[in-house]
Amino acid sequence: LPGVASKVPGAVTMEKATSYEDATSYNNFYEFGTDKSDPARNASTLKIDPWSVSVEGLVKKPGKFSLDELLKLSAQEDRIYRLRCVEGWSMVIPWVGYSLAELIKRVEPLGGAKYVEFVTLADKVTMPGVNSRVLDWPYAEGLRLDEAMHPLTLLTFGMYGEVLPKQNGAPVRIVVPWKYGFKSAKSIVKIRFTDKEPATAWNKAAAQEYGFYSNVNPEVDHPRWSQATERRIGEGGLFAKRRKTLMFNGYEAQVGQLYAGMDLKKNF
Amino acid sequence: MKKLLMHRAAKPVLFTVCLLPFAWLLYAAAADQLGANPAEALIRSLGDWTLRFLCAVLAVTPLRVLTGTPALARFRRMLGLFVAFYALAHLLSYAAFDMGFDAGDIAKDIAKRPFILVGSFAGLLLALMAATSFNRAIKALGAVRWRWLHRSVYAVAGLAILHFYWMRAGKHNFAEVAVYGAILAALLGWRVWEALRKRQAARAPRRHARAPIRGNTTKNIATSA
Repeated sequence: LPGVASKVPGAVTMEKATSYEDATSYNNFYEFGTDKSDPARNASTLKIDPWSVSVEGLVKKPGKFSLDELLKLSAQEDRIYRLRCVEGWSMVIPWVGYSLAELIKRVEPLGGAKYVEFVTLADKVTMPGVNSRVLDWPYAEGLRLDEAMHPLTLLTFGMYGEVLPKQNGAPVRIVVPWKYGFKSAKSIVKIRFTDKEPATAWNKAAAQEYGFYSNVNPEVDHPRWSQATERRIGEGGLFAKRRKTLMFNGYEAQVGQLYAGMDLKKNF
Repeated sequence: MKKLLMHRAAKPVLFTVCLLPFAWLLYAAAADQLGANPAEALIRSLGDWTLRFLCAVLAVTPLRVLTGTPALARFRRMLGLFVAFYALAHLLSYAAFDMGFDAGDIAKDIAKRPFILVGSFAGLLLALMAATSFNRAIKALGAVRWRWLHRSVYAVAGLAILHFYWMRAGKHNFAEVAVYGAILAALLGWRVWEALRKRQAARAPRRHARAPIRGNTTKNIATSA
C-alpha cells in the first residue's frame, strides 16, 4: 500500500520503528483471544472481502462506503506514530492512511453532532474471542467530534507499507496516537455521529479504570498501576530500562489545546 | 508402581524434571526466544510455574491417601522447595526486569498495586518454609510449631490465587484464574472433608462407649486413622 509523506505536524516521528515481527505478533485484539499471541494465531479466519463501513447518525450524507471507495477517498499518507498501550508498553509504528477528517468532511456532520462512535466487527464464526464474555460485544469506541477531526486522527489501511495484517485490525481501523491503544478501534464496520457521549467497551467493563478520554498521561495513574513509565518493545531486550511516558504520548504540542481548561484527572 | 517410586533414581529424575521449565526459560531468555516483551514473558512464566508446582505439592497427600501409595510422600519436600524456588525466581525477576532493583520504585509500585504485596507476602511465607525444610529445623522448632508454620502453605494457596485474580482483573481475563482456582479449591476442599470425616470417626467411639458395643467399631477407627 503506497503512501506519500505526510505534511501534518507531528505525523512522522524520527524514532526507530518497532520491528514488523514484534508489531504483528504482540497484539491486544480480544475478538481473537485474550493472550497477546492469540491474534496473530487466530486472525487468519477474518473475512475482509467484501467489506464496507456504514456512516450513520447526525450527518447530512449518511451512507455505506465500500472498502474500495474508502481507499480512494483521499491520498494515502505515511505516518510514523508512537503507540502507548494502557498496560505500560509502547511501540513505534509506520501506518498508512489519511486523516479521518477527510471522510468526516465528506459526510457533512449536522450541527447537533458532538461525538463519533466507532463500532467494530463482532462475528462469532470468524472471531473465536467473541464467544467469551470478557467484553460486551461488539467492541465500540468513541471520540469527541473535535478529536475525530484532528489531523493526527488516522483512518488507517496499512502499516509498514503493506495493507493491514488481520491481527492489526484489517482492513480499516482508527489510530489516535495521543490516546491509549484501546481507543483505536480495529476492523471497524460503522461510524455513527451522535449528540451524546457514546458508551465504549472498556468503559462499560470498568468505568473507574478506563475513562472516555483515556489520553496518555504520566500524571494520571490507572487505579491499579502507575502510568509514569513504559517499556518500549524491542528496545534492548530483558535488561532495557523503562522510558518515561510523555504527556499526550508526546503529541502535546499538537493536541494540547483540545483539552484546554479541562481537569484531566477527572476526565481521565 | 511402588518399586518405581522407591527406586534410587526416582528423586534425581524428579529433580531434573522440575528444573526443566527453569532451564528452558533461561535458554529462551539467552537466545531471545521470549517474544516481543521478554521481561513480561519471563516474569509471567515463572509465576505460572509457581502455581503449577503449588498445585503439584498440594496434590501429593490427596493422591497418597486416595490411591493408597504411601511412597508418594517421599517427594513432597522436594516439590515444596520447587514452589519456593519458582516463587523467588518470579519475585526476583519482577524486581530486576520490571523495576531495575530500584527500592523506591518497588515501594511505590507495591502501594499502587496491592496484588504485588499479596504476592510478596506469599513469597515470604514460602521462603520461611524453604528455610526450615530440613530435618534439624523440625527438632529446633519443635514438631508442633514446625507443623503450624508449614501449614501456611494453605494460606499461600489462597494468596497466590488472589494475586493471580487481581493481576488479571485489569483486563477482565479470568479463564485461567478459574482453572487454577478450581484445582486449588478441590485440593484444599479434600483436606477439609477429610478432617471432618476424621473428627466424626473420632467422636463415634465415645458415643458407643456409653452404649453397648455393636459391630466392629474398633476396626473402623483403625482404618480411618
